[in-house]
Amino acid sequence: MVNAVIHILITLLMPPLLLGVINRTKAIFAGRTGPPLFQAYYDLAKLVRKGSVFSDTTSWVFRAGPVVGLAATLAASLLIPLGEHRPPLSFSGDMILFAYLFGLARFCTTAAALDTGSSFEGMGAAREATFACLAEPALFFSLAVLARLSGSLSLTPMLTGTAATSWLSAGASLLLLVGSLFIVLLAENCRVPFDDPNTHLELTMIHEVMVLDHSGPLFGAILYGAALKLFVLGALFTDIALPYATGIPLVDWVLFVIAMLMLAVGIGMVESVMARLRLPKVPQMLAAACILAAFSLLLVLR
Amino acid sequence: MTRTFSLICLRNGEAVPVASVPLLPLEQFLQDIIDATDRGWRVASCFGVPTDAGATLWCLMAAPNDGLLGLMRTEAGMAFPSICRLVPQLHLFEREIAEQCGITPEAHPWPKPVRFHHPFMPSRKGRENVVGDSDYYRVGGEEIHEVAVGPVHAGIIEPGHFRFQCHGEEVFSLEIALGYQHRGVEEGFLKGPHPKTLFQMETIAGDTTIGHALAYAMVMEALGGTVPSARAEIIRAIALELERLANHAGDLGALAGDVAYLPTASFCGRIRGDFLNMTAHLCGSRFGRGIVRPGGIGFDVSERQAGEILDRLTAASDDLENAVGLLWDTQSVMARFEGTGKVSQETAREIGLVGPAARACGIDRDVRRDTPFGIYGVSPVTVAVEESGDVFARAHVRWREAEASLHFVAEQLRQLPGGASVKNTATPAPDSVAVALTEGWRGEICHVAITDGTGRFARYKVVDPSFHNWTGLALALRNQQISDFPLCNKSFNLSYCGFDL
Repeated sequence: MVNAVIHILITLLMPPLLLGVINRTKAIFAGRTGPPLFQAYYDLAKLVRKGSVFSDTTSWVFRAGPVVGLAATLAASLLIPLGEHRPPLSFSGDMILFAYLFGLARFCTTAAALDTGSSFEGMGAAREATFACLAEPALFFSLAVLARLSGSLSLTPMLTGTAATSWLSAGASLLLLVGSLFIVLLAENCRVPFDDPNTHLELTMIHEVMVLDHSGPLFGAILYGAALKLFVLGALFTDIALPYATGIPLVDWVLFVIAMLMLAVGIGMVESVMARLRLPKVPQMLAAACILAAFSLLLVLR
Repeated sequence: MTRTFSLICLRNGEAVPVASVPLLPLEQFLQDIIDATDRGWRVASCFGVPTDAGATLWCLMAAPNDGLLGLMRTEAGMAFPSICRLVPQLHLFEREIAEQCGITPEAHPWPKPVRFHHPFMPSRKGRENVVGDSDYYRVGGEEIHEVAVGPVHAGIIEPGHFRFQCHGEEVFSLEIALGYQHRGVEEGFLKGPHPKTLFQMETIAGDTTIGHALAYAMVMEALGGTVPSARAEIIRAIALELERLANHAGDLGALAGDVAYLPTASFCGRIRGDFLNMTAHLCGSRFGRGIVRPGGIGFDVSERQAGEILDRLTAASDDLENAVGLLWDTQSVMARFEGTGKVSQETAREIGLVGPAARACGIDRDVRRDTPFGIYGVSPVTVAVEESGDVFARAHVRWREAEASLHFVAEQLRQLPGGASVKNTATPAPDSVAVALTEGWRGEICHVAITDGTGRFARYKVVDPSFHNWTGLALALRNQQISDFPLCNKSFNLSYCGFDL
């Protein structure tokens, strides 16, 4: 019970901090001071207090996009174990629900983007849908590997307990898996080299361009949802990449938070040392992620 | 060898009586333009002066390699045959003549307004103009979609309207519509020089203050018969190169920013400020307002100032080399730069590109060497040329030019001669025409002044390099990814207000 409360509290409160850490890391690499660590929280507080503007051409679909998107991501956050702790919800086959909750969120975001009738947002929606098609198999191959290793179709046994021993028995496979998942993590969260969260140029954006017309609290919901998605997928990644367990719940929670912050620093470093890919190269990179995960699956199936 | 056409040949920064400029029949005038461009000459400026019957058309052409400028004129009625199908670089000039003089280029393939303003002669006022309200080139078909960007943009940049005809992510055609910043610059110069003319010159394009002010100063000196001291010429050249350095550094940083490569973007943003501050150290204005004055310079440079700038220059030079070096060493950046937004040398020649955009296409063209002005005749700068014509070439040309400028400025600062900072300019000669070309950081800036019987401006024509180069950007986007547009745009980094005048 205590763990469930801590799970929910961390899930709700921590995501914007990850953005702050990423931005601070990037700033240090660029020789700048950078925005405050808690800037994302300030931004959210500002947006919640603002009014919203709605274009006359939009319908309820436009308003539903951010709400469903955030709700789906929140639901997914209840399924993912954080570190060694069991999540509030867990059942056989929840990995499918987990993957498709993100699918639902994406569907609603792209539908809302198309609802505006703007050519930019249509372009963004097309890009998002195309790249998602390629990121999804990589995620599923990865989940299949974990399912095979743990002999279970539920995320909790897949990501807790066995992960540490799996590194000893199927290290090569997990290494490939971690590579694939990191690519998926960056692509799904619109980070460099797939997308540039800082750009203001409509023609190059992928995710940001789809939400150009949103404002006020709904835009806040989108930003928060994006941070939450980074947190949830990040947790999936750290659960596999950094399996650790002391057995003492409180220490494990602290370790989990540290692991997430390290991941944020890692993402910030990747963003600092490389440029964005050309858009036609993005599918190739995602295909590479698929292949990594597929080889990983081959290794555990043999 | 070359047939000398019916042009009067003159040097850069020279004034001649209007009467000595050959007045050709219209057909010969047009034929000469066609023949000369065939032989590699380039149209530097072509403009009309409205008359009761129609307009007097003037054409200033630059020879390919012997530093000559040729000037000729003709009398046209209310219409003249368009020759831009044969000489594509005239395309915008003809549209501009039509708009400014209210006469018609017959059979022009795309007779649209350039800046959506009324002709200089109020009697020829046409329909009410709304900027951007016109036909746009369209590609037909179910699978084509049109993307319209601007004039209001997401960043803090100037207004311009871009129409893309796309097939998926691929751009088939881009049309650029400008004019939102039209301020009536050339109309305002009529009957000049006014006391405020100099300040208006400095703001034709705010980031090219020195370039335009220098061209104006050269025009006034030519008309008044003044020769500035060597000291003044050198300090002007230093200011011009500092302007180039600041903008090239800023551009390289912005290019890095557009591909989300942070280190160079951040460092160059600061280094640009360092160069701007050096200019401010000279005159108190980061953009160099007040340095260039007809007859010389507005602010003299003390020995201490020169030493201070030399020190700062050395520091900035190291910083710039480090920051920009990161670009060339990072493969993911090069993967974005190389092969993106290619303009072939042939295309560049046909549309008459100037400045770094032309040099990136392998065209060895630089006013500082071809038709030297000021101190550049005796202290030449190295001209950087790249062959590939893509974003990488435009970025690398900038870096090599910055290197050359750093070297040039340091050298000049070490050997500042003595001399008067400013000489009085006489009143402009009546019935004369003066021509001045300078190489601003974007490329060739061309000013032509024609005085009337009292020495006032009957016409003052300004051609900003952006006027030549916007077409280059539109062509660079053909068959490119629409997501690469911001990168291509930044690699040209053209001026909206310099075009809109």
